[in-house]
Amino acid sequence: MVPANRRGFHFDNCKRNELLESKGSITAKFTKTGTTIVGLIYKDGVILGADTRATEGPIVADKNCEKLHRLTENMYCAGAGTAADTEYTTNMIASKLELHRLNTNRQPRVVTAASMLSQHLFQYQGHIGANLILGGYDINGPQLISVMPHGSTDKLPYMTLGSGMLAAMAVFETKWKPNMERDDAIALVTEAVSAGIFNDLGSGSNVDVVVITKDRTDYLRNHSKPNQRVPKQTSYKYPPGSVSVIRKEVRYHSNANQSPAAVVPEVVMSES
Amino acid sequence: MVPTEHHGDQWEPYVDNGGSTLAIAGEDFVVIGSDTRSSDGYNINTRYDPKAFKFTNNTVLATTGYRADCKSMAKSVQAQITKYAHDHGKEMSVEAMAQMLSIMMYQKRFFSYYVFPIVAGIDKEGKGAVYSYDPVGNMERVGFRAFGSSSALLQPFIDDQLGFKNRADIKPEERELHLPDLQQAKNIITDVFNGAAERDIYTGDGLQLFTITKEGGIELEELPLKRD
Repeated sequence: MVPANRRGFHFDNCKRNELLESKGSITAKFTKTGTTIVGLIYKDGVILGADTRATEGPIVADKNCEKLHRLTENMYCAGAGTAADTEYTTNMIASKLELHRLNTNRQPRVVTAASMLSQHLFQYQGHIGANLILGGYDINGPQLISVMPHGSTDKLPYMTLGSGMLAAMAVFETKWKPNMERDDAIALVTEAVSAGIFNDLGSGSNVDVVVITKDRTDYLRNHSKPNQRVPKQTSYKYPPGSVSVIRKEVRYHSNANQSPAAVVPEVVMSES
Repeated sequence: MVPTEHHGDQWEPYVDNGGSTLAIAGEDFVVIGSDTRSSDGYNINTRYDPKAFKFTNNTVLATTGYRADCKSMAKSVQAQITKYAHDHGKEMSVEAMAQMLSIMMYQKRFFSYYVFPIVAGIDKEGKGAVYSYDPVGNMERVGFRAFGSSSALLQPFIDDQLGFKNRADIKPEERELHLPDLQQAKNIITDVFNGAAERDIYTGDGLQLFTITKEGGIELEELPLKRD
């Protein structure tokens, strides 16, 4: 049993790593999703949007990843920042909310999720790099709440987060208005995420959208695909014999019934 | 007493503006491709900032690295080439231009241009020539070369496709017998840049494709690349 004061993360190596870094040795790098995530409230509910690019430094690690995380039937969470942190934090909160729903026999509320996220992130003093936009619909109507890595929250009618947040916010600030129609609101979210996709190098590929209303949630995976790959001019199939076979060996998985002779690997040396 | 101000960060004179270049020499032609995006961090400075320029009727210089240095260096090279033409009554050859660039770069040995140049042209024998450099002027004549933010993606690919490295069917020594024709070289460049635009965040927007032949001089084609 782990003692109570030793639960959770260990920070034992923080001082050591700081010293190592100051002496010029390499430091641990983790996948940060340079991202554009957005959210807005419209007439009948709330809409979240996200791009689908995941990067490792200058390289695109995943061209079609998912940044819209399901918390409950009536709540989704868009995540930016350290990929692992957004994934694990939202998964954990989703589990807790489901247990909460079972225990109380009531639909979980958005503020409940927001409090849980904020308290969890505050406990870890910003070491969990999750920048979240939480959107949902409960008995208090549509709600949109952002949660920052240190645990602070904001309640706004429209918001953007991630490396493409400025590009996306430029669109919202010019075109958002209260009580928009569903189709117009989806189009605006798509336009805001697209602004991030095209103008921010950390964001790219497709637009994912989720529309949450009183009695319906529509997850529109790859709602817009503006960056399809162009077909290749030539085939790069290798002619047979392009690869030299140095050794060929066939090994069977251990089989008690097999005679030892059959297990002897067949070894063929290539002529080259 | 006012305490002395300490500035932790030293002055950094260089910025990497990204982008990629790729040149392929054929038997009697050279093709040189380069994207047109110029960026800083996660921002795109411009979607159309050509990296490759025609210098004589026979030579193209393409440079990645720090854009300001690329342009400054190109301007100096152009000045020398114009002067050479006036002094000698003829255009400078690729060989001469390549050697001159090496010297000009080494002259700035201790405050070098942050550049990765490629010179492409047709040599005196009528063969395709590609010269590549490091930022202080170390020059090498090669059959093909990729430089810039996607060089680590492109170079291994063309080493295999054009250099026949680690191939059992064609030995690297037999490369001269399997030089690509003009269309093959162009296809490889377009394919390779479309691939680079998929995976490298600093390469994209547009592709400039220069073709240099003895008879046709220099031709330029512009093709779109992904803009995300």
